[in-house]
This record gives sequence, structure tokens and C-alpha cells, in this order.
Amino acid sequence: MAIEVRIPTILRNLTDGAKSVEGKGGTLDELFGDLDARHPGLRGRLVDEKGLRRFVNVYLNDEDVRFLGGLDTQVSDGDTVTVLPAVAGG
Amino acid sequence: MRYDSLLDSVGRTPLVGLPRLSPSPEVRLWAKLEDRNPTGSIKDRPALWMVNKAEKDGVLTPGCTILEPTSGNTGISLAMAAKLKGYRIICVMPENTSEERRQLLRMWGAEIIPSPAAGGSNEAVRVAKGLAAENPDWVMLYQYGNEANALAHYESTGPELLEDLPTITHFVAGLGTTGTLMGTGRFLREHVPGVKIVAAEPRYGDLVYGLRNIDEGFVPELYDASVLTTRFSVTSGDALRRTRQLLEQEGIFAGISTGASLHAALGMAAKAVKASERADIAFPVADGGWKYLSTGAYHGTLDEAESALEGQLWA
Repeated sequence: MAIEVRIPTILRNLTDGAKSVEGKGGTLDELFGDLDARHPGLRGRLVDEKGLRRFVNVYLNDEDVRFLGGLDTQVSDGDTVTVLPAVAGG
Repeated sequence: MRYDSLLDSVGRTPLVGLPRLSPSPEVRLWAKLEDRNPTGSIKDRPALWMVNKAEKDGVLTPGCTILEPTSGNTGISLAMAAKLKGYRIICVMPENTSEERRQLLRMWGAEIIPSPAAGGSNEAVRVAKGLAAENPDWVMLYQYGNEANALAHYESTGPELLEDLPTITHFVAGLGTTGTLMGTGRFLREHVPGVKIVAAEPRYGDLVYGLRNIDEGFVPELYDASVLTTRFSVTSGDALRRTRQLLEQEGIFAGISTGASLHAALGMAAKAVKASERADIAFPVADGGWKYLSTGAYHGTLDEAESALEGQLWA
């Protein structure tokens, strides 16, 4: 088992077109680090020195990680992480 | 109830219990029927507040043209108000919105400028901002950054909920402009210690997120994350399933964004049951299902409805 990470269209150039990739780690930060080893540059598109980038939303099993623990959010095998750009509604 | 005019009848919508969907007598769900507003959606509130504020501030004067980026409902509400008050109105609307929304907008006299489907409402905002710069005499009320949008809910939706449901523990609503959640959320937080404010954000197909780069993302100026307890991303499939469940079990014919709110509300209800806590969870029925009939949301299998909705903006 691993953690499934869904990648938005706009970042699939970094995953050879894959819609979702698998990774491991105890926290979101570790997971992104793990992904970056196989998909160089991915972490930098999601995170800057202040944490998650402003226009990047990340959901752990559909809940926004900014309301869980940000990059320190605990993740475990079987979880699904979804990355999406922020878009307008209304 | 008697009102001087249609505009005076905005708000004061019924709050109805959902006995069949509520998990127990201690954990109850409540729906606020915003489809009972004059144009059939919750957006009549912010539209009226924004127009009144602009008139009071002297920004909107007789003969003015209103410009607004909208995926539909706010535009329809503004068009109704504009018709009654004598303004011209132009709406910038993404191509991937339901045909009913376009027909309704035209019916109330709005002119429509389509914006590209890819990028969804982000593109509508971008196009509208460009038009506003080229036409400085047009008045863009700009629902995403207009404090009167959130204020409408702070002054009406919030107080109505508290009056009808003093024991409220959770308020759940769709996240678009963020106005409903910001305004209602702020009011409830000031009056109900520990109240939970929960956002249900629509998750669309890939097309809608088809930005050219991630820095073109958009966060409404009104958004203040500190008002929220948490935020869920609800897929089209889950929203459709709950929309049908609401019709099937409680007889309420709602639009698809209401299904997304119900999905998050049921999630919070399950948490309360697990923790043996009492809960009164309210959410708005933001609009009725009428505008979405052509999307196929209400007939055929769920899978068929979901694929028919692929790429469409449903909130």
C-alpha cells in the first residue's frame, strides 16, 4: 500500500502525463519530498519557503490540508491526496 | 406575507428539518430554502445588497451599465434588480454553464459575453476585468471582492438562521465567491460559541482546472480562511448522489451545489454521532433543480449523469 496523489493537468508534465502517482511518507511534507525524488521539480511547484503556494490547494481524503496541519498533516497508506489549482466559483 | 415590491421580498426563507436524512434525534440536519427567493437562488441577497450599496455610494446612477463576471445565479439576480431599477446589464459567463442559465439571463434583459470554458470562472473574471478597464463608465460590482456580498449574509442569512435555530452547531455551504460562508460564518461566530463553519467546494473535471500555469489561480478577495472550521472538496459524483438523495428522501428538488453541501453536512453529522455529541447542522438549498434539468443530472444512472456533467460548471 502507498498514498495515492492525484495530479492536476497543469503539473502532469512532471509526472510523464500520469493523472495520479504513488508515494510514501508520514507527513505531507515527507510525501512531497518522496515524490520529488522521482518527479524532480514537483515539490517546488507546490511549496515555497512559506509553505503551500497560494494558488495550490491540497486535499487529504477530500479535506483541505490547510485546516488539518498544513505540510505537517499526518498521512498514511491508503490515503488519497488531491492537488488542485485554486479556481473561482460563483 | 405582504411586500411593497418583489425586491422587498428577498430573504426570510423557510428553514425545514430533514427527519429522514438526520441520523438521530440528537443529530439533526436543516435546509434553508433559498430557492424561494425572487429569482430562485440565494444570490438575490448579495445582488440586492451590492446594488443598494453602489446606489448609496453614488457609484451606480440612473442610466448606468452594470458589468459582472458570473457563472449564472448572481447574474440572474442582478439582471432582475437591474430590470426593476432601470440599469443595463452585461454578464461575462463561462461557456460551460447550463443553457437554462443563459435563457434566464436573457429573459431578465441581460446581455451575455461568453468566456472560454477552460479555466472556468477564472476566465470570466479575467475577461470582465479587461472589459472594465476598457469601459471605465461601466460599473463592475465584482461579487468576489465586494464586501456587500458577505454583508448581505451577515445581515440577513445569519440572523434568520439564528432566530429559527438557536441551537445551531454547524453551518455548511458551498464555496464560490465565499460570500455566504464569510458573512453567515462571521455572524454565527459572534453569537454561537464553538459553532463550526464548513465549506463544500465543488470539484470539477480537468477542463475547469485547465489553467496555463498555476500562478493564474484565483482566490476571491473576500476569502478569510479564519472564518472556516474546515473545507471539503466535493466531487461531481458525490454532489449528484446527494442531490438525488435529497429529492428521494426529503422531497426537495435542489440544484447540484446543494448536493455538495449536503455531502459535507452528512460528513459532519457522522462525526457528531461518532463523538456522541448533539448537533444541529444547517445548510442552504442555494437554488432549485430547474436550471440543471438539461444537464441530465436527474435522469438515468448516476454514472450517466456524472459523465454528462463532465466539464460543466454546476455551482
